[in-house]
Amino acid sequence: MITTRRLLLAAPAVLLLPQASRASPEAMTEAVQAFTRGATVRSGRVAMDISPLVENGNTVPLSVIVDSPMTAENYVRAIAVFNQRNPQPHVITVRLSPRAGRAILATNIRLATSQVLLAVAELSDGSFWSDSTQVVVTLAACVEG
Amino acid sequence: MARVLINIPAAARRGEIIPIRTLIQHTMETGYRPGADGEVLPRDIIRRFTCTYDGEEVFSAEFSPAIAANPFLSFTLVTTNSGPVVLRWEGDNGFAQTETREITVA
Repeated sequence: MITTRRLLLAAPAVLLLPQASRASPEAMTEAVQAFTRGATVRSGRVAMDISPLVENGNTVPLSVIVDSPMTAENYVRAIAVFNQRNPQPHVITVRLSPRAGRAILATNIRLATSQVLLAVAELSDGSFWSDSTQVVVTLAACVEG
Repeated sequence: MARVLINIPAAARRGEIIPIRTLIQHTMETGYRPGADGEVLPRDIIRRFTCTYDGEEVFSAEFSPAIAANPFLSFTLVTTNSGPVVLRWEGDNGFAQTETREITVA
């Protein structure tokens, strides 16, 4: 009897457990820190281009441009994009060399809901720069099926 | 073999910055989506893309499930010598595909 009652009492608690796989602003901060290895991220030099109003979250064109001469002494080492409310905070990481010529990246991404996106660039001098954008999604990427 | 669309100029001047656009056919199953039977479909995505040219990896990318189906990527590279531009995609369930395009540099 007691065990049954305990189970019944415990049931709502199990239902309230947060889904471990959900990204959150905190999970995004953690993912960004893993990418920057704890270094400070300054805003600027990075320009993220994405439509502020997204009709279909399944395929959202995204481009990121970093202001850099891309010479052997001064180039962009990596660009990473993060999100707040998809199941995972990470979207894409690209690694570049001076032979890429331009620090530019374009791809199509999925967005589960309206949220903030953050693009972070790592420069060859070890500094990190970022740009963030708020996007509104009317039809979400089919996470729920 | 997955179908690919690759857009690389066949000829270019030395030192020119050329755009490269690639698209590969792939479902990019996220691993969060239930199928018709209600069971969550296992993740099946392309995880890594690399572009090698003139003996060096010029560009690489790591994908998450947040990359849309049929991954599209656009980037640039500086031409140095005539030769192959090797594009390689690797992913879950042993997915691997390599495509080579020749470029003539004058």
